Amino acid sequence: MNNEKILNFAIRFGFLILLMGLVLYFSLSASGFASPRSAAFILQSVAITGILALGVTCTLVVDGFDLSIGSVATTSLMLSAYAMVILEMSAFSAVMLCLFMGAVVGLINGLLIVKFKVPDLLATLGMMFLLIGLQRIPTQGNSIATGMKLPDGSVAEGAFSQAFLWLGRHRFDMVVERLVPVPVVIFLITALAIWVFLELTRHGRLMYAIGSNERAAALVGANVNRYKIAAYMISGVTASIGGILLAARLGRGDIASGNNLLLDSVAAALIGFAVLGAARPNAFGTAVGALFVGILLQGLTMMNAPYYTQDFVKGAVLVIALVFTFYLSAKRGSGGKT
Amino acid sequence: MKACEIRGLEKSFGRNHVLRGIDLDLDSGEVVVLMGANGAGKSTLVKILCGFQGANAGTMTLEGQPFDPADAADAIARGVVTVHQSIDDGVIPDLDVATNLMLNRLTEHGASLLVRDRALRVAARKVADNMGLDLDVRARVSDLSVADRQMIAIARAMAYDPKVLILDEPTSSLSASEAERLFALLDRLREQGVAILYISHRMSDIRRIADRIVCMRDGKISGVFDQAPLDYDGAVTAMLGHRMTDVNIDVASGGSAILEVERVMLDGSDTPVSFSAHDGEVVAITGLLGSGKSQLADMIFGQKPVKTGQLRIDGQPYAPASAGQAVAAGVFMSSKDRSTNAVIPDFDIANNMTLPFLGSFSRLSLLSKRKQRGAATDMIKQIGVKCQSDQDGIGTLSGGNQQKVMIGRWLLEDSRVLLLDEPFQGVDIGARRDIGRHIRATAKGRATLVFAAELDEALEIADRIIVLHEGAIVGTHENSNIDLDALIAQVSGAKDAQTQAN
Repeated sequence: MNNEKILNFAIRFGFLILLMGLVLYFSLSASGFASPRSAAFILQSVAITGILALGVTCTLVVDGFDLSIGSVATTSLMLSAYAMVILEMSAFSAVMLCLFMGAVVGLINGLLIVKFKVPDLLATLGMMFLLIGLQRIPTQGNSIATGMKLPDGSVAEGAFSQAFLWLGRHRFDMVVERLVPVPVVIFLITALAIWVFLELTRHGRLMYAIGSNERAAALVGANVNRYKIAAYMISGVTASIGGILLAARLGRGDIASGNNLLLDSVAAALIGFAVLGAARPNAFGTAVGALFVGILLQGLTMMNAPYYTQDFVKGAVLVIALVFTFYLSAKRGSGGKT
Repeated sequence: MKACEIRGLEKSFGRNHVLRGIDLDLDSGEVVVLMGANGAGKSTLVKILCGFQGANAGTMTLEGQPFDPADAADAIARGVVTVHQSIDDGVIPDLDVATNLMLNRLTEHGASLLVRDRALRVAARKVADNMGLDLDVRARVSDLSVADRQMIAIARAMAYDPKVLILDEPTSSLSASEAERLFALLDRLREQGVAILYISHRMSDIRRIADRIVCMRDGKISGVFDQAPLDYDGAVTAMLGHRMTDVNIDVASGGSAILEVERVMLDGSDTPVSFSAHDGEVVAITGLLGSGKSQLADMIFGQKPVKTGQLRIDGQPYAPASAGQAVAAGVFMSSKDRSTNAVIPDFDIANNMTLPFLGSFSRLSLLSKRKQRGAATDMIKQIGVKCQSDQDGIGTLSGGNQQKVMIGRWLLEDSRVLLLDEPFQGVDIGARRDIGRHIRATAKGRATLVFAAELDEALEIADRIIVLHEGAIVGTHENSNIDLDALIAQVSGAKDAQTQAN
């Protein structure tokens, strides 16, 4: 009985305790780790992957998977640059265009899966491939920057507007002057919104029901197809937000950036399974998972771990979290709360 | 000659005694039909025979030798081969017929590394000819009809040269003419001296193929029929049992008609089905597997289209295209097979129960946990779910209590028509009485249809019992002083039982 209590406690709080332990350890051993600047830096480093991870969480909730998020983000990056630099659109219309693109890609993903019965992994893998190729066609494989030579010989006159760059570079004052960057604020708002949607609304509850037993959800009258499509559209829109923020931070349409986005964000969402012993996708866990990776990398970097060990560390964290989720929770049996 | 002899076989899962001393003989060149309702223990018996599970007590012998298979492969090697109900478990759909027929050759010890297709096809054609199958051995199995796939599954089983062949509901997805091909094949195997154990509910199959009928009920053999002509009605009685229950029903004739089913055609029948269900009335629809019960339930709940005829609710035409539309029209259904069709395993009781009506428990889409829990706690009290609180995981409950939650789900709001498809499946007798009492107590204001194969269940809950047989209504009975013999004759589809005891 006592053993069971300890196991339950470990499953529920083990990951959070590990996180606090890490923070404590780094604070003591790396000077400068426990400072507002370093905290803001960690948040900034995880903001974009975190936003993408929140989107993929929604698809995981309906027992799907969206592999296209990374390429949606880079497409959004290139599209916003193209819209402003070459088409000379305003910041507002560029942002709207990107969000619209994300929603359309999500819709197509959803329709492929729901109507054409393509398995989710394959449909979104195909979409990923397609987008990676598509984003290179208009610029003939080149990055986009002001003053670049266009195929017809002219020079691109447009530029990233200040309002757009503000999205990636402005920092709000908090405790210290110019501390919190806009992407962090957007990450926190997105996390809150997705959390409210999944945990507190009836739509979120039905999406969990679909993920747990699709047929039973359909037989109580839920429109399963519509919810699934909605999940992929949310995922597409959040991925395009991530891409916009990346573009605003870089200030150019860099063809090579965003390579790691997919793996990092999927890892964050999967690590989130282990938080609070949820054993299923959840918004809070995803946000914590993203932070966990950020803290670990920042701490290790400050302790002079070389950059090339980063992926190894992320992979190790993911594997441990998955063992937490699937082995320990399975041992506990099927007694959980909602 | 005795092929297989089973004596005193017992099996329990926890406190649940599934088999309580089974004695069964299988003779070479004989088809033994095993009948039994859901939960009678047929599938457990089959699993023990084919080595998936071990018995707790009892002995089995095969051709005089003790038989206690260590696993499925051992059972097959000893000569007990099973063709399972799900056909695609027996074939590999992406490979061609020849490979499927010769699959065991590929796994044999000392089989050559390279597959010689030509030789394989020649050998496969020989097997097919032996069984009287006329098939292109190059065809992909997934392109074949269900019947052909079934034949191949049996042909594959025959490749092991079995002494005992077990067929689990082999005709459940075959049409009448396809089934006839299967029977012709079984006749052939019978002549070759194979002992066949044939599990089925379909009376037409049983009439065609059985040399002997063995009935199981509650883990025991409840009847053996081997005198020609076989007593089919006796077999159905032994299978369904009717230990006249001690539940007394005050039959209500009901108010105005709510649900009207008009000239609806069910598959496999050319007689349309018409009946109506009235306000405050509980109507049980009974019949064997394949009688069209489930199809009718699915039509009323918008899961299958009504092709001919029509449905009306309160006089208005009603043609739902989905569960959502049915629920919106006030037609609720508690589905059969709760684990696949109803339970959300990740949710607690409160969320499972309130799932269809989340809209009523939320404002601006934001769920009110307080309201959900309040409604769930009330229903738990009313229907008597045994649990710690409404926040227990659904998986912690026993089958009967899970079923109470699934039915309570549809009693949270008032319905016009309530459909309960096999509401007592895997439910103990206590929970069954609780559910039945509650359904009858709340019956006012709606029409209730209960789809149940077991006669006891129908007799315990209904005001009126409608008997379906092969897609047609063959009898309607008020539930007072029912002529049980006539009822059973109708269920089993005896031709001379056209007496309608009204």
